[in-house]
Amino acid sequence: MNKDKIKQIVLDIIAEIAPDEDLSDVKPEIRLRDQLDLDSMDFLDIVMELRKQHGIDVPEAEYRELESLESCGNYLLPKFEAGAAA
Amino acid sequence: MLQERIVITGIGLTSPLGNNLESFREKLLAGVSGVSTFPVRNMGNQPAGVCDFEQTKYQKRKEVRIGTRAGGIGIYCAHEALANAGLSLAELDPSQVGVYLGITEHGNVETETEVCQLFDHYSEEVKYWSHHHNPRTVANNPAGEITINLGLTGPHYTVGAACAAGNAGIIQGVQMLSLGECDLALAGGVSESIRAYGIFAGFKSQGALATHEDPTKASRPFDRGRNGIVVSEGGCIYVLERLNDAVKRGANIIAEILGYRINSDGTDYVLPNPERQEQCIRQALDRAEIDASMVDLVSSHATATPQGDEQECKALRNVFSEETKTLINNTKSFIGHSMGAAGALELAGNIPSFIDGTAHGTINLDDLDPSCALPGLVMNEAQQKKGGINIILNNSFGMLGINSVLILKKFVG
Repeated sequence: MNKDKIKQIVLDIIAEIAPDEDLSDVKPEIRLRDQLDLDSMDFLDIVMELRKQHGIDVPEAEYRELESLESCGNYLLPKFEAGAAA
Repeated sequence: MLQERIVITGIGLTSPLGNNLESFREKLLAGVSGVSTFPVRNMGNQPAGVCDFEQTKYQKRKEVRIGTRAGGIGIYCAHEALANAGLSLAELDPSQVGVYLGITEHGNVETETEVCQLFDHYSEEVKYWSHHHNPRTVANNPAGEITINLGLTGPHYTVGAACAAGNAGIIQGVQMLSLGECDLALAGGVSESIRAYGIFAGFKSQGALATHEDPTKASRPFDRGRNGIVVSEGGCIYVLERLNDAVKRGANIIAEILGYRINSDGTDYVLPNPERQEQCIRQALDRAEIDASMVDLVSSHATATPQGDEQECKALRNVFSEETKTLINNTKSFIGHSMGAAGALELAGNIPSFIDGTAHGTINLDDLDPSCALPGLVMNEAQQKKGGINIILNNSFGMLGINSVLILKKFVG
């Protein structure tokens, strides 16, 4: 697992929950909400899909770590690695 | 007579027989069944009425994902009704549009889906329960989704009225226009019932779920071989306006609401009460200030349960006779029972008879049950009415003993 793979995983989830969005040019360092039509319920969907598809729990206090693809990669990498090692 | 004259100026619908009134009516006149089969959880393929409207015609894909089937049906019907009324959103004051939808039930589909998902995949751990569940299952959901999609800011809610709900939604719209609570009402009913297996299972346990090797023959009201209900989805929304407003804007007026009545049996959870049904019909006639002989066509409620059909026939036989020359037909024989949409949808299929003077038939009537042999029953083939059709009476009854009758009149300017 690496950060690029995690960014792709997050993008794939966004493609499911926001099917009308063009995801061909999402800037990793810019907040997702600033470049896509995503609201707080959509972020809950991202959290839910990480839980359902990958067994990763994101505590409410850490939702902010998912604000951009870059921050997702940084925050989720150790969680994915811990999951793989378990 | 109603306090205020209220007219229909637009109709939008989706049914198992088409996604607009023209195609629906064409199939009704041709005697074509719209019943097919639908895969039902734990029960295999069941006879059912399924709609095939294009859900992304008026909704973004994300709206479809987040919303409910009932909401999507409502949104489709609302857009189609406004277009049919020759109205665009730009010319409406959104704060003066009310949305009133009849529902038989709401939320079963979403709750079943969540519960089944938890049991099947997630060891009953509630952290996998969707955060969308509550907005999807609140009782006003289908009407509320319409307001969000269309940006409407007037009142909206649903009217829970079992299988009398389609009429009840229209009646609510009429009342709110009379009270000045809105200037335009989007009113009718919706059903997503085929997506809840509990509805099929419940009818089966009641001994009231239709079975037939040929699904197109499964819904057979008044026939000796009838054995229960075909569950269907669908929706029908009317644009209602006060007559003065409709005339002022030069609207095409489709029909006028002449009278209505809702009453209660006060007797049983499930079994209908023909005395109260008859009373409901008579009170609606009184309010419309007409007698039974002036009714040209009755759109019957009959669902094809052995007892329910017979009871409605008792009520109808006491009001209508050879002398009244009233025709009686049944739309569920074509599309099954579209629950919350039934009253509104069945009425819509009959409205073009104001123009063509023809009552569509009651199909699958191969062996008429003598207890259902009503004078004027239009069997199988469509029938022209001498003198045309000027008044339609629409029956719609439901569990817990709710009866509704709506009377429409051909509009003559």
